[in-house]
Amino acid sequence: MINEIIALILMSTGILFNIFGCLGLVRLPDVYNRLQSATKCVTLGTCSILLGVLVWFGFVNIGVKALVAIPLLFFTSTVAAHALAKGSYRFGIKLGRKSVHDDYEAENRAFLSKEKKEQEKQKHKRPLRKTGKPS
Amino acid sequence: MLEVLLYIQTGLCVFCLYRIIMGPTIADRMVGLDIFGILVVGICAILAIHTGRMFILDIGIAWIILSFTGTLALAKYLENKSLNE
Repeated sequence: MINEIIALILMSTGILFNIFGCLGLVRLPDVYNRLQSATKCVTLGTCSILLGVLVWFGFVNIGVKALVAIPLLFFTSTVAAHALAKGSYRFGIKLGRKSVHDDYEAENRAFLSKEKKEQEKQKHKRPLRKTGKPS
Repeated sequence: MLEVLLYIQTGLCVFCLYRIIMGPTIADRMVGLDIFGILVVGICAILAIHTGRMFILDIGIAWIILSFTGTLALAKYLENKSLNE
C-alpha cells in the first residue's frame, strides 16, 4: 500500500514537470528556448514516471524494464536535442528578438563563411559554364 | 487517480500537435515531434500500470529508440549533409 502511494506521488511530480515543459513549448518565443525548456522538463518528468512504475511493481520483470528505460531515455533525448539545435543553427534560423548573446556564433563563423564562399564560387561558375559550351 | 494522470498526460500531446501544426519554421515542427515522442513513452508507462499488461512498456522502449533515430535523421537533413557523414 505504501509503495503505491509513493509511486503516485512520483508520477504526479513527473506529470507536473511535463505540464511545465509543454507550457514552455507553446509560450516561449524562439526555437532554441523552446528546445531547451521542453527537452529538459519533459525528459525529467518521463524519467520520474518510469521510476514510479519501478516503485509500484518492485523488482519484477516490468520494474526492471522501467529501470532500463531510464538511462536510455536520458542519453538519447539529450543527444537528439543537441543534434537538433546544431542543425537548426546551421540551417540559418535566427535567434529571438530578445536574445542578447550568441556564444555559438564564434564557433560556427568558420563554417558559415566557408559555406558562403562556396555559394559565391558556384554563382561565378554558372555563367562560365554557359559560355563555355561548344557551339 | 491513474485515469486522471492518464487523461492529463494525453492532453499534453495537444500542445505538441499545436506546435507541429502552427510552428513558424521547420525546426519548430521537429522540436514538437521530438517532444511528442517522449510524451508517448510516459503514456505507455502509465497504461502498463493501469491495464496490468507487461508488454506495453516494451512498446515504450522501442518508441524511445525509434524517436531517437528519427530525430537524428531529421537533424542531419536540416544540417544539409548526407547521412553517412
